[in-house]
Amino acid sequence: MKCFSRYLPYIFRPANTILSSSCHTEANVLPSGLLPSGQNKLGPWCSPTGSPAPLSCETGCGEGSWILVCRLLVPTQVSLLSMEEDIDTRKINNSFLRDHSYATEADIISTVEFNHTGELLATGDKGGRVVIFQREQESKNQIHRRGEYNVYSTFQSHEPEFDYLKSLEIEEKINKIRWLPQQNAAYFLLSTNDKTVKLWKVSERDKRPEGYNLKDEEGRLRDPATITTLRVPVLRPMDLMVEATPRRVFANAHTYHINSISVNSDYETYMSADDLRINLWNFEITNQSFNIVDIKPANMEELTEVITAAEFHPHHCNTFVYSSSKGTIRLCDMRASALCDRHTKFFEEPEDPSNRSFFSEIISSISDVKFSHSGRYIMTRDYLTVKVWDLNMENRPIETYQVHDYLRSKLCSLYENDCIFDKFECVWNGSDSVIMTGSYNNFFRMFDRNTKRDVTLEASRENSKPRAILKPRKVCVGGKRRKDEISVDSLDFSKKILHTAWHPSENIIAVAATNNLYIFQDKVN
Amino acid sequence: MFTRGLKRKCVGHEEDMEGALAGLKTVSSYSLQRQSLLDMSLVKLQLCHMLVEPNLCRSVLIANTVRQIQEEMTQDGTWRSVTPQEAGRAPLDRLVSTEILCRSAWEQEGARPAPGLGDGHVQGPVSDLCPVTSAQAPRHPQSGIWELDSPREDRGGFHKSLDQIFETLETKNPGCMEELFSDVDSPYYDLDTVLTGMVGGARPGPCEGLEGLAPATPGPSSSCKSDLGELDHVVEILVET
Repeated sequence: MKCFSRYLPYIFRPANTILSSSCHTEANVLPSGLLPSGQNKLGPWCSPTGSPAPLSCETGCGEGSWILVCRLLVPTQVSLLSMEEDIDTRKINNSFLRDHSYATEADIISTVEFNHTGELLATGDKGGRVVIFQREQESKNQIHRRGEYNVYSTFQSHEPEFDYLKSLEIEEKINKIRWLPQQNAAYFLLSTNDKTVKLWKVSERDKRPEGYNLKDEEGRLRDPATITTLRVPVLRPMDLMVEATPRRVFANAHTYHINSISVNSDYETYMSADDLRINLWNFEITNQSFNIVDIKPANMEELTEVITAAEFHPHHCNTFVYSSSKGTIRLCDMRASALCDRHTKFFEEPEDPSNRSFFSEIISSISDVKFSHSGRYIMTRDYLTVKVWDLNMENRPIETYQVHDYLRSKLCSLYENDCIFDKFECVWNGSDSVIMTGSYNNFFRMFDRNTKRDVTLEASRENSKPRAILKPRKVCVGGKRRKDEISVDSLDFSKKILHTAWHPSENIIAVAATNNLYIFQDKVN
Repeated sequence: MFTRGLKRKCVGHEEDMEGALAGLKTVSSYSLQRQSLLDMSLVKLQLCHMLVEPNLCRSVLIANTVRQIQEEMTQDGTWRSVTPQEAGRAPLDRLVSTEILCRSAWEQEGARPAPGLGDGHVQGPVSDLCPVTSAQAPRHPQSGIWELDSPREDRGGFHKSLDQIFETLETKNPGCMEELFSDVDSPYYDLDTVLTGMVGGARPGPCEGLEGLAPATPGPSSSCKSDLGELDHVVEILVET
């Protein structure tokens, strides 16, 4: 890969790694290994059989060098107002956002998601806002700005509510955002808080009608008696405006807190999962949903297990998986019955008796489950590890990666300060060759499934000069601490990376650290 | 003559006790740690009652941990109900049901409260470990963090708090949290730490043993009971001299 080999020392890449001669920027070239059947709606990144694509070595960047592209702050209400005034410059890029250091709790990012092309990046925060960033367009004279994301649209998705029946607040925090594939000029996304899912349409408007008869240019009504001639309104260009409108509100279907939403591959339905139930919705129908999983026991005293995450299979619209707080994953087929309480497959790894403690169950609780892009594997995240499962093998995962095993001896303290309940997410890269997840101290980890190498990087303001190369970090477990290492006892457990996202086809990642959104990309020429 | 006889008896007992004490040391520090974990879990379950609906996953995981501890204590025989009127109940009832523990979290789901789970069950784990605790306290500096400031002759101090916890669950009055813990003077009940969420530094010691040790087998328990009686006797003698 010429772009890598020419520049910058690559600390992890061993000298004898053989890289192919094509670059990931030439993504449009289809590898010859793909089947000619035309089923290639996955793009060039995965062969339909699900085995790692021939291009995986290009995108397998567990060892590559990562540079910071930009650090974005979720704009607060104040900057929101000034944004509206400057709306025509949509060069509202990061400059003014970057320097603001105030951070309220409402700004804490709670979800990050790229859309299907990677052009847009959406974040949701604790204050119920959604901020959408758009990728800077390539231009020949500004090639170095490629990969930067600028604010595209901001809107208030959810408001805090009060449930009068139970005397409880319903938080406006956005738990998940999922994009719909683009079918016309507008963009659609689903956003959800604990109780309500909303479908938002984000569209651009660059023309407006002028020349109404009954209204003047300011919108004031004209007295019909004063009108002597009629004219036809015409559309005239205007400054580009991005508007978001709620198209559907799917409410009152969940007694418990929604933790996941997933769009089906038929693009007509989606599911929402709470602690005990999963509902299937049709996008067009908001007053009905089908309950497809219900694990609520008749007697709540017997409740010992909850649903923690759920996702549809990327290609088979009848298949989905859901994970539980006991470390199990169930795969269900909706063709089998209307209520999928009986699973088709059951994935569970037998417990290691030598590691048993009172915290075994808590740390086995799965916080996230994700299908690979190929649909052949699922990845699960529990407190200390990330596991990759083959759908065809239920009795154990095929790969297990230790994220921060040095915490195993600290579980009691982490239980005391509630950190043991933190829900980390995990993501695949576009070719399913690298997986990424977050940790504490603003660290995040990448694991290359092919080379079995891993790297720990940090998303922090201190080392965040733009275009600076990220230095790999290491946690020292005991004994002598080397110069650049950090000891376990010095880790900051309040700085946790729970949410990350990987561009669907390129090596661009978005990492949410409290109220900061970091965008990194693999070093390109 | 009195002294000589006492000395011999004392020496004999000491020699016998040392072996037993050594065996007890690991077991009782494990019990203390386990008890501390149980207490911490109960506090967490109670604290999960807030203005916003509590996180059900977290509550379930904590409740499962509590249940696991209780089951183990039941196997050990250290979970015994004290009051005689509870003697007629089936053993299963003694396990505090999840519903009671998480009532604040779940009562809005319409779960019916379990019929009169008496105070005796709550007293069980605390009172039974108390003799061990007070006997052990002067002997184990390593478990100093678990030392209770006063010998637990009146066990009322602690179990009263647990009762109040359950009352609070029912009345949904978080305001009485402060007075709830005012009688509890054991240092490991650092409410501030629990509430504000201790960050950073690991706190080794108390919990390391807990995670390292596998759950106690029923083996030592029988020797525990007989040794406890002798231990009391030894302590009395030591105090007198």
